[in-house]
Amino acid sequence: MMNFDYVRPANVADAIAAASEKGAVYLASGTNLLDLMKGGVSRPSRLVDVTRLPGLDRIERLDDGGLRIGALVRNADLAHDAAFARDYPAIAEALLSGASAQLRNAATVGGNLMQRTRCGYFYDAASACNRRWPGAGCDALEGENRLHAVLGWSEGCIATHPSDFCVPLVALDAVVEIEGRSGRRELPLEALHRLPGDTPDRETALEPGDLIVALRLPAEAQGFAAHARYVKVRERTSYAFAVVSAAAALRIEDGKIREARLALGGVAAKPWRAHAAEQLLAGTAPDAAVYREAARATLAEARPSGDNAFKIELAQRIVVRALTLAAAGTPARIPALPGSPFSSVAGA
Amino acid sequence: MTPEINLTRDPAHLRHGSSIGQPLTRTDGVLKVTGKARYAADNHPPGMLYAVIATSCIARGRVKSLDVAAAKRHPGVVDVMTPAHKPELAEDPDAKGNPFAFRMELLQSDEVRYANQAIAVVIAETLEAATEGAALLSPRYQVEIARVGLDAGEPYAPPVVGIGNPAEVVHGEIDAGFAAASKLTDATYETPAQYHNAMEPHAIVAVWDGDKLFLDTPSQGMAIAQGRIGGLLGIPPGNIHINSPFLGGGFGSKGLVSGPQMLGIMAARLVGRPVNLVLRRSQMYGPVGHRASTRQRLRLGADDAGVLTVIDHHARITTSSFDDFYEPAADASHTLYASPAIRTAHEAVRVDTGTPLFMRAPGEATGSIALESAIDEMAFACGIDPLDFRLRNYAEVEPTTGKPFSSKALRQCYARGAERFGWARRPLAPRQMRDENGFLVGWGMGTATFPALMFQGNARAVIRADGSGVMESGAHDMGQGAWTALTQISADALGLDLGEITFRSGTSDLPDAGIAGGSAHTATVGAAIHNAGAAVIARLAELATPDERSPLFGAGNAGVVARQGRLHRRDDETRSESYAEILARAGLAEIDASGTGAADPAAQSHYAMHAHGAVFAEVKVDPELGQIRATRLVGAFAAGRIINPRLVQSQLFGGMIWGLSFALHEEAVMDHRSGRILNANLAEYHVPVNADVPPMDVITVDEHDPHVNALGIKGVGEIGITGSAGAVANAVWHATGIRVRRFPIRIEELVTGLS
Ligand SMILES: Cc1cc2nc3c(=O)[nH]c(=O)nc-3n(C[C@H](O)[C@H](O)[C@H](O)COP(=O)(O)OP(=O)(O)OC[C@H]3O[C@@H](n4cnc5c(N)ncnc54)[C@H](O)[C@@H]3O)c2cc1C
Ligand code: SF4
Repeated sequence: MMNFDYVRPANVADAIAAASEKGAVYLASGTNLLDLMKGGVSRPSRLVDVTRLPGLDRIERLDDGGLRIGALVRNADLAHDAAFARDYPAIAEALLSGASAQLRNAATVGGNLMQRTRCGYFYDAASACNRRWPGAGCDALEGENRLHAVLGWSEGCIATHPSDFCVPLVALDAVVEIEGRSGRRELPLEALHRLPGDTPDRETALEPGDLIVALRLPAEAQGFAAHARYVKVRERTSYAFAVVSAAAALRIEDGKIREARLALGGVAAKPWRAHAAEQLLAGTAPDAAVYREAARATLAEARPSGDNAFKIELAQRIVVRALTLAAAGTPARIPALPGSPFSSVAGA
Repeated sequence: MTPEINLTRDPAHLRHGSSIGQPLTRTDGVLKVTGKARYAADNHPPGMLYAVIATSCIARGRVKSLDVAAAKRHPGVVDVMTPAHKPELAEDPDAKGNPFAFRMELLQSDEVRYANQAIAVVIAETLEAATEGAALLSPRYQVEIARVGLDAGEPYAPPVVGIGNPAEVVHGEIDAGFAAASKLTDATYETPAQYHNAMEPHAIVAVWDGDKLFLDTPSQGMAIAQGRIGGLLGIPPGNIHINSPFLGGGFGSKGLVSGPQMLGIMAARLVGRPVNLVLRRSQMYGPVGHRASTRQRLRLGADDAGVLTVIDHHARITTSSFDDFYEPAADASHTLYASPAIRTAHEAVRVDTGTPLFMRAPGEATGSIALESAIDEMAFACGIDPLDFRLRNYAEVEPTTGKPFSSKALRQCYARGAERFGWARRPLAPRQMRDENGFLVGWGMGTATFPALMFQGNARAVIRADGSGVMESGAHDMGQGAWTALTQISADALGLDLGEITFRSGTSDLPDAGIAGGSAHTATVGAAIHNAGAAVIARLAELATPDERSPLFGAGNAGVVARQGRLHRRDDETRSESYAEILARAGLAEIDASGTGAADPAAQSHYAMHAHGAVFAEVKVDPELGQIRATRLVGAFAAGRIINPRLVQSQLFGGMIWGLSFALHEEAVMDHRSGRILNANLAEYHVPVNADVPPMDVITVDEHDPHVNALGIKGVGEIGITGSAGAVANAVWHATGIRVRRFPIRIEELVTGLS
């Protein structure tokens, strides 16, 4: 393999200094990064291993009722944390619907947020890809693109963000805490991932050296715990990325939806928050007709980017399903087939 | 080192008198789960270097330049093998000596025939250095437009399909068949390219000693490999010693030695040191074979009684631009259903891929899913239950040849499978069943079939002075459990309990066991073992019966039976003598004898020989989202004598899961411009995960077949895929009313159809 520097800084300040140089990248558990390096897609000159940084592996309750999750908390540890699963069931379900048990045991929160697209041309170093090589062109446009984006894409890039975790997170107003060269700042998760526009290579709002140190969930997010679901359609029952997915969370009082949260995965370069649908749902009684309207509103701007018109229809149906399931109530336990449309089946 | 497997296991397992038929667990199971089984790439001879193949990223054209200097400058790189710098070969790797000699890319030119083809090999002190050296070669190409897909070129009639089968077979009067029909169906099905993806990639550790060659490499056919390697290198096959005790799966891709394995051998010769070469997962998509893509048109005719009047099965298949392997997809229609008129025909299109090859149930798998779908469509067109329809068209003799079957318990398979499944309650029309959660439920079935083949194999039996036995045969255990089953046969052949014998296998230094393929390994090697055992027992009897001091004196050869280490007089079982006593009196340390297993041409000319089965599937489909979930699979199979029910069940489970995979998951996605495969990894090349596999039930129906071979074995390695793929596809139709004819069934077809 190509030679690169490997550094293991002792603290966050050293990490930022080490990662600010050109060619340096952070290494968490490497389940995504090392694959990319082995395929020659990513050729960093320096890996800054953050896995030993102190204090980033905790789940803390905050005084204001919110939750702070360190960037190094493992996906599995978070999903299996009983209090977390109780308060944020859709997030736990989304986490457990992703990848495989082995990968979830390794993968970190920060790495999951920052994982790269699964576009086959991005992974194929011999293909033209604007994300890898600005200005090279996009081989997916006329290629195998049945699973590509239907919202927010540009001619420059039609890739999707693959994370399941991010979908309910963005619905629940998660905030990302970042440490960088100019200190600490925070950003709504919704602002972390960028739509491609003319600069698909700029995937996130992070600047060189920026380190995600934690993820925060506001106190209000717990208010949806009784009616929160994640639904994921995929091409096999486990160990597959979403074709399309949706997180729905409702606050239902007196038979009315007081507040709704809705987001889609697998449709765009970022987890797609459905603000218009949320507004539409607020104040209505849970009802299939309203869900359908919400679904239409969510996909109103959708356009196929290739052989993927079906995703627009599918996304609408998933929205309806996720809302229906959320309204029916969060199951007492996370289903054995998390996120699966068959998860409601007893014994599944 | 010759691996030895000694069976000392819980005697509670054992039924004395016969080891055949017992559900023993794998003899090598503990070695495997404890990591003690040494696979090819686990060997590290002193001084070993690592070779990494640089592969082409274009599918067609020429390599214009390679930056060999840059690769050589990389620390640790020892040498770079290129078309300009490689050991001489004695034979052109593009020469076609025999039908099993497929062309390989051994750096004979700068031509590129497919993506992922070897264009150079970097040899280094470490895997990392060799990997980086390969990247530093930065090839430049002269690119030609790649030919991709079933419409990439002019179709032509292949000379043969499979191994020597005619490309077109016509039985009866096709036009008359169509004229006699009152119902016609005409449908076209597509199956994608699939790749074997054995867990263990092709790997080789090659050590030269003068003109002797020692190889650790997985092989499903060591003697064929010796011949091929010897021919290419110009050394006698006997100089080549192959160790292949364990294979991490083969599925046909390790049946013939592949180009990459040869490159490992050449690299070792070039540098004069042992070399390890292991393919990366992505490199398995090209040079080691695959299942060709097909487009199959099936036109069926039936009369008012639901009796087929014609089966017209036409398959277009892809093959490589430079060699000839033709997936015999339409041949599936030769044997399954009776019809006065049957035509099967193939046409081929050359594309820029590696040469397709045998992949578990080659022809049968691709053909079966199309045929079973078409039968299902015709049954529905006739308004007849699919099982009833199959019974009305039951082939009493092999339809295309008129030969009687050596045995065929398919009716019992249908009956028992249907009963276990509860098939009788199936509504005829689709989209009639829902479960309590509102999911659509569908039931489908398919008939399974696979020919009962025999190759040629040898074994050597030894009885030692202490009365124990040894059986030797260079057989291949791909994980299917061959060693275990063959050990059981050996015990019975030698008249010894399992604990008294040693079975030696897995190396080319032992008698040639032929090829582990075509579901024929247990049958072939089993027959060889049976004959070797009989021969050594006969020698023992020859020592005892003429000897006045023996209680067996005067019994004559035919007058003794071997059991538990003793020969008994047939006419008086109380008179017996142990093997040890016989050898001691004769003053012999051991005696041995050889045996061969091979097809019986007379029986083959009289009888059609096939295993059969019936598979029933239940699927559930989300009525809005189109997500499919298989919920039940029941298969009933008749495959002659069952040597080890546990292993047989496991083979059938595996085959049925592959059928599920065929219907719902598996597909190589190729960019239609570049010819590169975009999902050449196990994350995106989907096979079912545990959560996709439903509860499964396997029934084996007793079948006594005196004609197939001495032991009446038919083989179970491949049949499980056939029938199952169609059963799942038919169940999806029955659940939804949507007939998807392109496999694997994709979610978009259901999403658009359901509304
Ligand atoms: C076969 C397979 C299947 C998968 N299936 C799914 C799935 O179904 N659903 C799903 O959601 N995911 C899936 N994944 C992706 C998986 O979730 C990610 O690989 C994982 O979350 C990445 O975490 P990591 O710690 O290994 O990150 P790494 O691989 O170490 O890093 C990933 C990226 O994040 C950056 N990074 C890491 N930590 C930080 C930080 N603290 N601050 C800033 N940048 C950082 C790295 O520089 C790198 O670019 C799958 C992965 C694989 C390999
Ligand atoms: S869709 Fe985006 S990631 Fe994929 S090839 Fe095009 S530019 Fe690259």
